[in-house]
This record gives sequence, structure tokens and C-alpha cells, in this order.
Amino acid sequence: MKGQVHTGRPSKLLRNLSSKIASIPMVLTAVVIFLGGTVWTVVYSFTNSKLLPRANFVGLDQYERLWDAPRWIMSIQNLAIYGVLTLIFSLVMGFLLAALMDQKIRFENTFRTIFLYPFALSFIVTGLVWQWILNPEFGVQSVVRSLGWETFAFDPLYNSDIVIYGVLIAGLWQGTGLVMCLLLAGLRGIDEDIWKASRVDGIPMWKTYLFIIIPMMRPVFITTLVIIASGIVKVYDLVVAQTSGGPGISSEVPAKYVYDYMFQAQNLGQGFAASTMMLVTVAIIIVPWAYLEFGGRKRV
Amino acid sequence: MSDRVVLKVGPALAAATKAGIEPYGAKPRRVLSGRNIMLYGTLTLAALYYLLPLYVMVVTSMKGMPEIRLGNIFSPPLEVTFEPWAKAWASACTGLNCDGLSRGFWNSVRITIPSTLISILVASVNGYALANWKFKGADVFFTILIVGAFIPYQVMIYPIVIVLREMGIYGTLTGLVIVHTIFGMPILTLLFRNYFSSLPEELFKAARIDGAGFWQIYFRIMLPMSLPIFVVAMILQITGIWNDFLFGVVFTRPEYYPMTVQLNNIVNSVQGVKEYNVNMAATLLTGAVPLIVYFVSGRLFVRGIAAGAVKG
Repeated sequence: MKGQVHTGRPSKLLRNLSSKIASIPMVLTAVVIFLGGTVWTVVYSFTNSKLLPRANFVGLDQYERLWDAPRWIMSIQNLAIYGVLTLIFSLVMGFLLAALMDQKIRFENTFRTIFLYPFALSFIVTGLVWQWILNPEFGVQSVVRSLGWETFAFDPLYNSDIVIYGVLIAGLWQGTGLVMCLLLAGLRGIDEDIWKASRVDGIPMWKTYLFIIIPMMRPVFITTLVIIASGIVKVYDLVVAQTSGGPGISSEVPAKYVYDYMFQAQNLGQGFAASTMMLVTVAIIIVPWAYLEFGGRKRV
Repeated sequence: MSDRVVLKVGPALAAATKAGIEPYGAKPRRVLSGRNIMLYGTLTLAALYYLLPLYVMVVTSMKGMPEIRLGNIFSPPLEVTFEPWAKAWASACTGLNCDGLSRGFWNSVRITIPSTLISILVASVNGYALANWKFKGADVFFTILIVGAFIPYQVMIYPIVIVLREMGIYGTLTGLVIVHTIFGMPILTLLFRNYFSSLPEELFKAARIDGAGFWQIYFRIMLPMSLPIFVVAMILQITGIWNDFLFGVVFTRPEYYPMTVQLNNIVNSVQGVKEYNVNMAATLLTGAVPLIVYFVSGRLFVRGIAAGAVKG
């Protein structure tokens, strides 16, 4: 074996040279930034770096401090509430809309254009619009009150108990159209004969959806789920624009914690530890999916 | 539904026309059936809900402040004014700077155009190399790239800051363009690799036999044949980069802040009286570019996000 390598043609490295040169950006990005950067951040999360990264290792100190910080706990709680509700609502609403759109309706393009346009807008724009609509002095609350319901109260952005639901409303408005589009594509992939068969058997439509179509769309649902979930972990700009994490710390999210500690509090170690926890969260979502999607294929 | 009806009616209709009888009478399908009312009613309600924020933005931006303080946010403007638009564009303040959103707009233009072009050029060549000139180990790098698309940006930001600082371009537009190129790479490379793989291989082989090399095949065969996918990639990148906030705020100095960052600073600044009409005009101005791209591109946008949804 060894001999073979040594006697191999000397031009081996030079073969396909243009392709290798052209791939340098990809290789650098993959190895230096994605792999190297991630490893670097994880390693430095075990140091007590403050203003500048310093290789002074302190074990799990940063993580202990992280999980003792009320602000981090609040961030994680918010992410959990926001995440679970976003998953449920965007999947349910997205599927309902997709199912309605799949009834061979007229004006399908118009409806799709309307449902999807918020997705073209940035989270900053989304956050600011909903900040204005939910403004208690001028927005929905004041409009309902002026209609005669004087005690009506709906001011999620100024009430620390429900502020995350205010963010949720904006997030759902922005993202449900995408879910609808992905699921609609999945519905279109279902064989028309399935529908004919279930009609012949006299199965009601909702039952067909629930017990036949949805199980058949499992792969589409899983892909959609992964897409929504990896977007949720990154949620940052929406909160910055809509609430700036307030009132107090009641709408903080992990991504904002990372940014604030890295670039404002100048406590890099905390930022690295928090971002490593974000990485762990994503891994918990992605690894089982990757396993099912690519590892489990042999069983089928 | 309708094609099934046609199938049933078809033969009878054919027989009827042969006999010289034209079809007449009302359409057999009832338009106002209960099912249709439910269906279109629900869809219309949902559509109204989706349109509401856009509507509120537009009407608020055309009202004067006294009218906003008195009226409700859903009522159309009594007196239409474009002053808030002018102010948002030319004289809204962020901190001590009072030259409006126009600065952010031009920064965003100067960021978006080179970032879009460079990221697409780099990624399409990568995709082409992966599809047609695969070298040993290429798949390993590609896998890392795709897995990397799922890693939260926050994990990789600081190492990039260090690299850019070492190169002396931290805080400049060049640095930000590089960052956009890096983070656009996974999804774009995937897009181009899949597209180039789907092209008939005979074309590539024929060009090889005729003696064309790597770049010649790319520029003279692949590129002209793949214009639709380049348009999809452009839509994806223009909207994505224009809407970016995090990279803009991390990798540039305040004088280079893109529009989204400046917009957020204008609206969420704590100083001074809040001018909601100016804020909404500014928000609309920032959202206008991706919205125009969206409405003009139509189906291609859907194709782009179906491919690019992974970017999240």
C-alpha cells in the first residue's frame, strides 16, 4: 500500500488543477470559517476572555455563570415558548392555508402572493410594523376601546408577562407564508388517485387529510420542521426591532445575549459560552433529523 | 374538480355538437355553494390579515402627526401628505446625524450589488466544479459547507472578526461583502451544483472532446445555459442581503451601516418626540426594495425560497 502511494504519478496533486483552484473559496470557507471558527469559539468558551480573547482556561466557569444568570434563563424560556408556539401555529396555520389553496381555487396566485409577501420583508421591518400596530396608545387596543369596550386591554409589548406573545404574532405573520408554500408543494406531490380512491370509499375529506395525506407527507413535514426550527434558534433582529429585549429583560433571546456580551459588555467568554449553547441547541434539532434522513435510509 | 366534470360531459357534448345542438343554459356548477363561501371566505379573511400591516404602514406614513394622535391607525388619511416620506428619506435623525435614511439606502446598495455578484460568481464556480469536475475529497468540503449552514451565525462571528481585523478590513464595506459571500455560499453552491448536475452530461463531454477546458466550458456553455438559475440566485441574494441586520451591525462602522440598521436606529432612538408617520415611511422605504423584487419576480421568488429556505 505504502509503496503504491510513493510510486504514484507525481502529477496527482496537479490533476484537475483548475477545479481545485476554483474550489479554494469553498474549501477555505468550509475548513477555516465553518469548522475552524466553530471549534475556536467552543475552545475559547472555556477561557475567561474579557475584552480580547485570551487562552486562559478556567474550565466550566463561564457555563456556570451563564446558567446562574437570570437574563440567560429568561432568554432560554422565551426561546422555548416562542419556539414551541411558532412550530405549532405555523405548521397548523400553514397546513390549513395550504389545504384551502389546494382546492383548485381561483385566484390562487393572488392569494399566494399575499400570504408570502411578508417573507420578503426583513425582521426589522416586521418588528417595527407590529410595534406600531400593538402600540397601546394608538394601535389595536385604542381602536377597540374607541369602539366602546373601554376596559379592553391588549398591550403585549408593554406587559412583561405576555411580551413574547407579541413577538410571536409578528414572527408568525412573517413566516407562515413560507410554511404554506412548502406544504402546498408537498400536497401537490400527492397522487391524484389517492383522492379518487378515498372518494370512492366515501371517506370524509378531513379524515382523508388526517389519516392518509398527512402521514404521506411526513418527509415534507420533517423538512419544514427543520427549516422553521433552525430559523427560531437564530431569532434576533425581530426582538431587537420590536422590543429591544424589554420591558426589562422580559423578551430577551439567546442570540441577543450573545451579541450583547460579545460586542457591548465586552465579556467575550460569556458570549462564547452562550453561543456554544446555541450550537448545542441546533445540534439537538439537526442530529436526529440528519440521522433519520440520511442514516436511516438503509432500513427502508 | 373541473377536469372530472369535463371528462363526464365530454362524450355527451361531442355527440350533441355532432347532432347540431349547441350547449346552452346556465353553468351547472353553483358558484355560491356553501363550500365555496366557506373556502373563499376563509382565504379572504386570512388575506386581509396578511395585508393589514402593509395597509397600516401606508396610511400611517401619509398622515400628519396631529391626525395620528386623534384618529385610529386603521382609518385612511383625511389629508394626504408626503412630508413624512421626504423627512424619512432626507432628514430623519440617528443620534447626531440628521441626513435621513438616504445614507443607509446608498450603503445598502453599495453592499448588496457587489455581495450579490461576487457570492453568485464564487458559488456558481464551486457548484460547477462539484457537478462536473469533482476532485477527490470535494464531497467532504461540500458536506462541511452544508452542515455549516445550520450553525448559528453567532458561533462563527467572532473568529471572522479576528480574521478581518488581521486583514485590516474589519469595519469596511469590503469586509462585509466577504462575510455575505461566505454565508451565501452553502445555499448557493447547493443550488448551482444541483442545477449543473441536472444538465445533460453529453454537452459537457462533447465540449471536452472539442478541447474546451474548465473555464471555457463554464463561460461558454454552462453560464449561457443556466440564466434562469442565476436569476433565482440573484433574487435570493438581493432580498437576503438587503434584509440582513446582524452582519451589518457587527461588521461595519456606523458610517457604513446598511439601511436596516439605520432604520432600527431611527425608529428606536430614545431621544426626541416619536414621529410615527416618519417611522412608518422609513419602514416602508426599507421594505420597498425586497417587496419590488418579490412582486416583479413572482414565481421565481417562490422557487428561490424553496431552495433557499434552509438559510432561514
